[in-house]
Amino acid sequence: MNLTLKVWKQKNSATQGSFETYQVKNISSEMSFLEMFDVLNEQLIEEDKDPIAFDHDCREGICGMCSMYIDGRPHGPWSQNTTCQLHMRAYKDGDTIVVEPWRANAFPVLKDLIVDRQAFDRIIQAGGYISVNTGNAQDANNLPIEKAKADEAFASAACIGCGACVAACKNSSAMLFTSAKVTQLSLLPQGEPERKSRVLDMITQMDKEGFGACTNTGACEAVCPKGISISNIARLNKEYIRAGLIV
Amino acid sequence: MSEKWQDYKDHCKLVNPANKRKLEVIVIGTGLAGASAAAALGELGYKVKVFCFQDSPRRAHSIAAQGGINAAKNYQNDGDSVFRLFYDTIKGGDYRAREANVHRLAEVSANIIDQCVAQGVPFAREYGGMLSNRSFGGTQVQRTFYAAGQTGQQLLLGAYSALERQVALGTVKQYNRHEMLEIVKIDGKARGVIVRNLVTGKLERHFGHAVLICSGGYGNVFYLSTNAMGSNVTAAWKAHKQGAYFSNPCFTQIHPTCIPVSGDHQSKLTLMSESLRNDGRIWVPKKQNDTRKASDIPEDERDYYLERRYPAFGNLVPRDVASRAAKERCDAGYGVGSSKQAVYLDYADAYVRYGKIEAGKSGKDHATQEEIIAMGKKVVEEKYGNLFDMYAKITGENPYEVPMRIYPAVHYTMGGVWVDYELMTTVEGLYCLGEANFSDHGANRLGASALMQGLADGYFVIPYTLGNYLADDIYAKSISTDHPAFAAAEKEVSDRIEKLMSIKGKQTVESLHKRLGKIMWEKCGMARNEQGLKEAIKEIQALKKEFWSDVKIPGGINEMNPELDKANRVADFIELGELMCLDALNRNESCGGHFREESQTEDGEAKRNDEEFMYVSQWEYKGDSQWELHKEALNYEVIKPTQRNYK
Repeated sequence: MNLTLKVWKQKNSATQGSFETYQVKNISSEMSFLEMFDVLNEQLIEEDKDPIAFDHDCREGICGMCSMYIDGRPHGPWSQNTTCQLHMRAYKDGDTIVVEPWRANAFPVLKDLIVDRQAFDRIIQAGGYISVNTGNAQDANNLPIEKAKADEAFASAACIGCGACVAACKNSSAMLFTSAKVTQLSLLPQGEPERKSRVLDMITQMDKEGFGACTNTGACEAVCPKGISISNIARLNKEYIRAGLIV
Repeated sequence: MSEKWQDYKDHCKLVNPANKRKLEVIVIGTGLAGASAAAALGELGYKVKVFCFQDSPRRAHSIAAQGGINAAKNYQNDGDSVFRLFYDTIKGGDYRAREANVHRLAEVSANIIDQCVAQGVPFAREYGGMLSNRSFGGTQVQRTFYAAGQTGQQLLLGAYSALERQVALGTVKQYNRHEMLEIVKIDGKARGVIVRNLVTGKLERHFGHAVLICSGGYGNVFYLSTNAMGSNVTAAWKAHKQGAYFSNPCFTQIHPTCIPVSGDHQSKLTLMSESLRNDGRIWVPKKQNDTRKASDIPEDERDYYLERRYPAFGNLVPRDVASRAAKERCDAGYGVGSSKQAVYLDYADAYVRYGKIEAGKSGKDHATQEEIIAMGKKVVEEKYGNLFDMYAKITGENPYEVPMRIYPAVHYTMGGVWVDYELMTTVEGLYCLGEANFSDHGANRLGASALMQGLADGYFVIPYTLGNYLADDIYAKSISTDHPAFAAAEKEVSDRIEKLMSIKGKQTVESLHKRLGKIMWEKCGMARNEQGLKEAIKEIQALKKEFWSDVKIPGGINEMNPELDKANRVADFIELGELMCLDALNRNESCGGHFREESQTEDGEAKRNDEEFMYVSQWEYKGDSQWELHKEALNYEVIKPTQRNYK
């Protein structure tokens, strides 16, 4: 199939960007979306043009590095999917596809489709862990955990930190990301001792990074490649209020 | 043997807390080995700097490991023990690993699970709240801990959280989007690194009393592999060129259950967890060039070749055996799918088996076959749902309705930088951990053992062994990065980058990498022979010349330039490819993942040659395309080597 691509080009974070239009030909439906970009980039290099910079690494939907805003939707049209797992079966000959970087003040564009997501690292640094040093932890089975709770904690822990939730939110809120980690650790007995300080510190950091407040529209959940539920945000709110009330 | 590690820990030198604060450690890579090492060393009080080329430490490729992590916990009461895990790993590695290292690995395996649970890693659990286990290839006990099909992700996020905690506490400084491009040696010791900031393109100098390479494996030398696109050998290769021996580079693991190649555009291959072999059955048609659909081929015209050849282990033979058997069937004309380079992985029997159990549980004694299959599919979905979904997304086929097509793909590299018992390379103060080193898996790694090794090295080995080295270094003051050795190393790097950029040839980095991959896959892949390897060495040397005279890299040096990053890596892959072929040529025996066609039994099984090859190859870099071979003899004190038999 032959396609028209309108892609955001921006030299670096200090300059203004704009859309460029490209034509790609003979794209097979078996290709992944990023392989289509590989083909385009090879073509651009051969034509002495500037290839498009984009983030990607594992290409199997788990590392969270790929991050394209495709036709107004993070990671493109398929649900519970990452950009790298989107395949060209989703398109037909003659389609025009618009590709932008994640758009959020807290994620400045570094080049073309690449943004800086270190704000997420800093939110985790604020409390997304259990303060246990390496060494002689007790036997793992001395701490039985109800299967339902373990499963729920796992569902929250499945977040890949890609930032699609932020990109989809009109307030660029990082509530889904933050709530997933808070939920995971608040469901587990290991997380109990730091339950209060964790939620307060992580939310403080989230605000400091410039992420907006929750809009309650659920756009984050709709685009999350790992199906992280918006109920995590409800739990985050509950944990936040609880931390404020209980002394 | 069983007391060696305890004895080491009891007698190794210690560094007091006040001195630890003055000692600086550089960690390259943030996968399981790097993140766990950086976190554990930060906790001890060392001043740590950690570098990764990705945009966050959490992206490291350990994240993609699916199946699980082994530990000798014997929670299932099925006869597991430290000795059994040690024995299985040595045997699985086809008697080409060092006994002492493997024993230590088995010993600390249980601590890893405890540590991870304490960190909040959500492993799968039973209804009673206890941890769940499953079985994996090459073993007869259930010792694999897992978190659905995302065990690597959960373990890495555990290590990442421990690392971020240290960053918050100020013991670790983290550098994202930085790539290590040279080791700085002063008076024969590793004393720092030159890194390139991949956002600005600027080179930076960093001092360390010791340097830890935790940069993962080199499977991308084959271009197509299950590794992440950015996974590379560069850090390990720089260490090698600075004097670290490279060991057993030809030992690569070809994983049997991957999604087959669909065309020339393919950029990477996707693994389907080995755990699928627990319940799936592998088969090909009994008739050559059979073009019927799988569902049209009756039961008695199917060849379940693993069950036929290896009745004792069946579909759960080790990876190398399963991969070669698939290749053998496809080469003989029994392959399936449009490319004929695939075999079926079929869940039909599992649906019925699980369905009957479900029917029994719910008292539906008269359930129809359809009802049973539907119930069975539900059970399979719960166990392997994410893998089936992934298959459907990539191939566009519904694996619940038609059997999956699979084919082997490059997955893991057992070879790597040579290290001693303390994980130090042949360069003093330079360490290598995780997949980047050669130490624990011999010629073939067992499933669920990579995660175990990465975390063992980082959490439980290096905190002791590094202290033993640094205890003598407490008088060494930090060296200024104005030292001439830093300036010289930086110049080396910038000269190389300028040279790359000045070539302005015609061929893209990608196209040259693809050609390297093709040579490697065809001549140094699942089966190797003398003639092919000799040809490959010549072809790679020619390719190297072409690369350095005709590569085309767009953009500039002092800017974000992913093509330049890639060119730097591919240049190193080309040199490594040559050494891999040289090593494969030297090792004229078949063992583990290394199959020399000249060395096989009458029925096509691998034939080891302990008389001549019971050693670890140690290649010393002597200049362009020049290496000297040293050998570390392997002495088996505890386990008596036998020919592996999975029949």
